[in-house]
Amino acid sequence: MAQPPRHAAMLSLSNSNSNSNSNSNSNLSTASDSRQPAHLATASHSSTGLRVPSNRKTIYDRHLNRSRNAELSRASFAFLFAEMVTYAQRRVTGIQDLERRLNEQGYPLGLRLLDLLFYRTISGSTSSALSSSSSTSASPPNRPLRILPLLHLIHGPLWRLLFNRPADALEHSVSPDTPNEYMITDNDPLVNTYISVPKEMSMLNCAAFVAGIIEGVCDGCGFEAKVTAHNQPTEMWPGRTIFLLRFGESVMEREKVLERAGVK
Amino acid sequence: MSSSTKASRIGEELWKTRVDKVNAELVTLTYGTIVAQLCQDYDGNYQEVNKQLEKMGYNIGMRLIEDFLAKSNVGRCANFRETADMIAKVGFRIFLNIAPTVTNWTSDNNQFSLVFDENPLADFVELPDDGRAQDELWFSNILCGVLRGALEMVQMQIEAHFVSDVLRGDDTTEMRVSLVRYIEDEMPPEEE
Repeated sequence: MAQPPRHAAMLSLSNSNSNSNSNSNSNLSTASDSRQPAHLATASHSSTGLRVPSNRKTIYDRHLNRSRNAELSRASFAFLFAEMVTYAQRRVTGIQDLERRLNEQGYPLGLRLLDLLFYRTISGSTSSALSSSSSTSASPPNRPLRILPLLHLIHGPLWRLLFNRPADALEHSVSPDTPNEYMITDNDPLVNTYISVPKEMSMLNCAAFVAGIIEGVCDGCGFEAKVTAHNQPTEMWPGRTIFLLRFGESVMEREKVLERAGVK
Repeated sequence: MSSSTKASRIGEELWKTRVDKVNAELVTLTYGTIVAQLCQDYDGNYQEVNKQLEKMGYNIGMRLIEDFLAKSNVGRCANFRETADMIAKVGFRIFLNIAPTVTNWTSDNNQFSLVFDENPLADFVELPDDGRAQDELWFSNILCGVLRGALEMVQMQIEAHFVSDVLRGDDTTEMRVSLVRYIEDEMPPEEE
C-alpha cells in the first residue's frame, strides 16, 4: 500500500539544520511559498518553505521522548475516536468498507510508530532496561528479520507504547493450510471501551483502526501483510478481539530461506 | 483567593484523582490521523477542513460537558470571567492536562483569549509544506467546536476561533472566545 500523500501527524526523527534554514525563511512571503509544492516530496530535514516561530517551538526542537510517559484523559481519546468512527461511517457503503477505512487511518500511524519504537529501543538499550532482549549477542539489534521477532515487537513494545500493557496472547494458526496466519489477542481493547455497536452491525469491530496500525508496522518492516480485527467474545471477556495477521507469499518464502540460513 | 487560582487548584486535584488516563501519544496520533484524513477527503481544501473539525468538536463538546460537570461537580459560574477560568484551568486540565492562560479581555468582559503554552494535539505535527496549509489550516480547530458545543449546553452561545498558531510559524497559539449571548431558559408553555 502506498503512503497517503499528506500526513498532518508526522513523526520525524531528523534533528539537524532545520533552524539554520528556517530562520532565513521566516519572512518569506506567500508568493514565494507557492512555488514550494513541487518539492513536497523532499525529506523533511532539508530546506523547507515552512515558517517557524522565532522562539523555536518546532518539532525539531523538542525531544522525541518528551511525551513518552505523558498521559492524557481517556475520555478525550474516547471522544476523538468516536468522532472519527462517526465521520468515517458517513462516507462508507457497509461494515467492510467502514473497517477498511478505519484500517487505512491506522496504517500511516503504524509506519511512523515503527520508527519511533526503533528509536526508543535503541536509545533505551543503553540504560539496560531493554538489554535483556539482546541476549543473542550476534544478532543485529532491533530490526526484526523473521516473523516471530516482528510479532513479539507488536505484542510487546508496540502494545505497551499504545496501551501501556502487552497484548494478551500470540498464536500461530494450527491449520496446515494457513501457515501464514498469526493471531494477536486483546481481551479488552481500549479503543472499543466506549464504542457500542448496534445489533444490526454486530460484525463490526472498530479495532480495525488498530489492525491498520499493525499492518503499517508490518509493512514498514518489510513484512507484507493484511491485518483484520475480529470479535471473539468469551464469557469473561465480552470485548475480546483477535487481530488476524496474514503474511504475503513473498514473506513466507523469505522465511524459509532465512530459516535455512540460520537467521533468527 | 482569585477565581483563577481556585480553578487551577480544582483542576489539578481532579486531574490527579478523578481522571482515567491513557498514553498521551495515542490521543495525539489519533487526532493527527483525523486531521490527515480530512485533508485527504477535502482534497486540501483547508477552509472546509477547519469547518469539519469545528463541527466534530461541537459534537464532542455537547457530550463532553456532562463528563465535565459530573467530574468537577462545580456550580454555575457567576460571570463570564469565572467561566473563562473554569474552561482554562479545570476543563482543559481534565481533558488535555494543560491550562492555557486567560488574557486580553475586552472592557465589556465579553471577549478573551486563551493562550496555549502547550498543545498535546499538535505534538509531532508539522503542517504540509504546500505553501497554503500554514496560511489556511487551523490544525487544532476542533477545540473551538468543543468550547462552542459545551457552552451551548450550559446556556451560553459563544464564538471561538484561533488567531495564531505556532504550527503556522506564529510565536504563540491563541484562541479568541466571544460571548454572543446567554441563552434564556425556554420552558414548555404548559408547565407553570
